[in-house]
Parts: sequence; structure tokens; C-alpha cells
Amino acid sequence: MDVRFINPFVKSICNTFETMCSLPVTVKKPEMKTDNGPTSDVSSIIGFSGDAAGSVALHFSFDTASQLATKFAGIDITPEHDDFADAIGELANMVAGGAKAQFQGVDVSISLPNVIVGLNHNLSASKSVPRIIIPCDTELGSFIVEIGMILTKQPAGNVAETAGALS
Amino acid sequence: MKIMLVDDSRTIRNIQKNVLKQIGHTDLIEAEDGVVALGLFQKEVPDLMLVDWNMPNMDGITLIRKIRETNKTVPIIMCTTEAEKSRILEAIKAGVNNYIVKPFSVESLQEKIEQTMAKIGAA
Ligand SMILES: [Mg+2]
Repeated sequence: MDVRFINPFVKSICNTFETMCSLPVTVKKPEMKTDNGPTSDVSSIIGFSGDAAGSVALHFSFDTASQLATKFAGIDITPEHDDFADAIGELANMVAGGAKAQFQGVDVSISLPNVIVGLNHNLSASKSVPRIIIPCDTELGSFIVEIGMILTKQPAGNVAETAGALS
Repeated sequence: MKIMLVDDSRTIRNIQKNVLKQIGHTDLIEAEDGVVALGLFQKEVPDLMLVDWNMPNMDGITLIRKIRETNKTVPIIMCTTEAEKSRILEAIKAGVNNYIVKPFSVESLQEKIEQTMAKIGAA
């Protein structure tokens, strides 16, 4: 995991929830993901490819996911609602897009959102790329953002400048 | 005035619909990807289009290029999470009239729509 990728995600998480849900996010200290955690009920995953590869996953409890989806969509969205996965997926899409726009000199494409729904599931990802957990708090509940990113190509242009932009 | 909303997220289309209804537009059609949008477009050309970039089957930039092969005038606003300068330039080259980056506020969406319509003299 390239730690320079963390800040773009933190900024994008705050901007996404502030803009779409009028919800300030308190981002806690990022930590390395361990083998036994975290578990969640709803996960929304976006993959990255190009000059950097990896993924970002947003993990929610059912309760937090439906409260955030409801705030975002402006209508009542329970986990049974047809638009539940759609709303949660689109929030992750915005987090991913907003983060990658800050990877200056590193050209990355994002995948379409994948949403996993299931009580207490655990996302097991590649062990070869260390993953980072970013705990996030809002007044509608807490959620976790998990990222694993590696550079697959040296950035074009001034590398030091790029590193500065990412740090 | 017929407006076509093209986005794979129904939540986004609903948000856009609410904003458009608030400013008096009720003649709205929807498509969940570029293929569906192109089919609708070939039946009836709308007066304005809001187009997402990342969608299954056919993405928004491909859709816009295909539309511009035959129609240079229909106003198109791209509304997407793609926010890099290089992507915005690519969209302008493909022929978009305006660009909205997601996440967007209701106010900014409203403003960009009104701005685009004023430019085409339809406001
Ligand atoms: Mg999309």
C-alpha cells in the first residue's frame, strides 16, 4: 500500500458525504487491516486500474447504510428497497472518482460499483497488497473505508511533485 | 422541452429529476446506459441531455461521440465522477456543452442546467 494514496481518499470521503448528504465526516487515524477484521453488512467496492491498481471498499452496518442512502436519495431507503444497492454503490463511485482525480500524474480508471449485502460478512482481499482501514464517524453512524493501492507505473513528469500532491 | 437523463444510477436520475421538476421541467426521459440512450435518441431527439460517464454496455463518452457524428447541436451536459482536467478536455473534444462533477450540490446542478439553457437561448 502506497501511503501517499490515503489523503486523496480522506478528502474525497469528506467531500462526498458533505455535498451529497449534508453530513460532516470525522475521519479517524488510518490503520493497517489485520486478518480478522472488519466485518460489515453492506460493502460497496470500486476497482482501480491503469498507472495504479487496487480497490476501495466502503463498509457499513445495515442501519448506517440505510440512513446514509436515505439522506443521499431524499427518500426512505431500507435495505429491502430496490435502490438500496444503487445508492450505496453510487456513493462509493463518488468517493473513488474524487480520490483518483487527486492522483496527479497517475492516470487511473475506475470500475463500476459492486455492492455486497449480507449480515456480518468479511471482505478478504489480496494479501500481496497491504490494505488500510480508515474509520469514519458521522451523526448517522460510523462506517469504514478500506483501501489497497499500488503504483503499477512510475508517474509521468516530476515524480517528486506527484509525491507531494499525493502526500 | 424534453430532457433526457442518462445515468446507470437510478438514485442519481431521481435526484436530477427532482431538481429539474423544481425548475419547471416535467418532460423527462431516462436511460440507464449509452445503448438505451442511443436507441431513445434515434427515435426522438431531446432538447437537452444529462450524461454520466461510467456506465455498463456503452459509456457516456462513447455515447456522446456517436451522437455528435450526426447531431452537432443537441445540448449535452456531462455529469460524472470523472474530475481530472484530462477527462474534462476529452469530453469537451467529444462535444459536451457543460460539465458537472459528482458529487454535486442541488444548487450547482440547477445553475449548470440554467447556464446551458441560457446559452442555447431556451431559458
Ligand atoms: Mg455511473
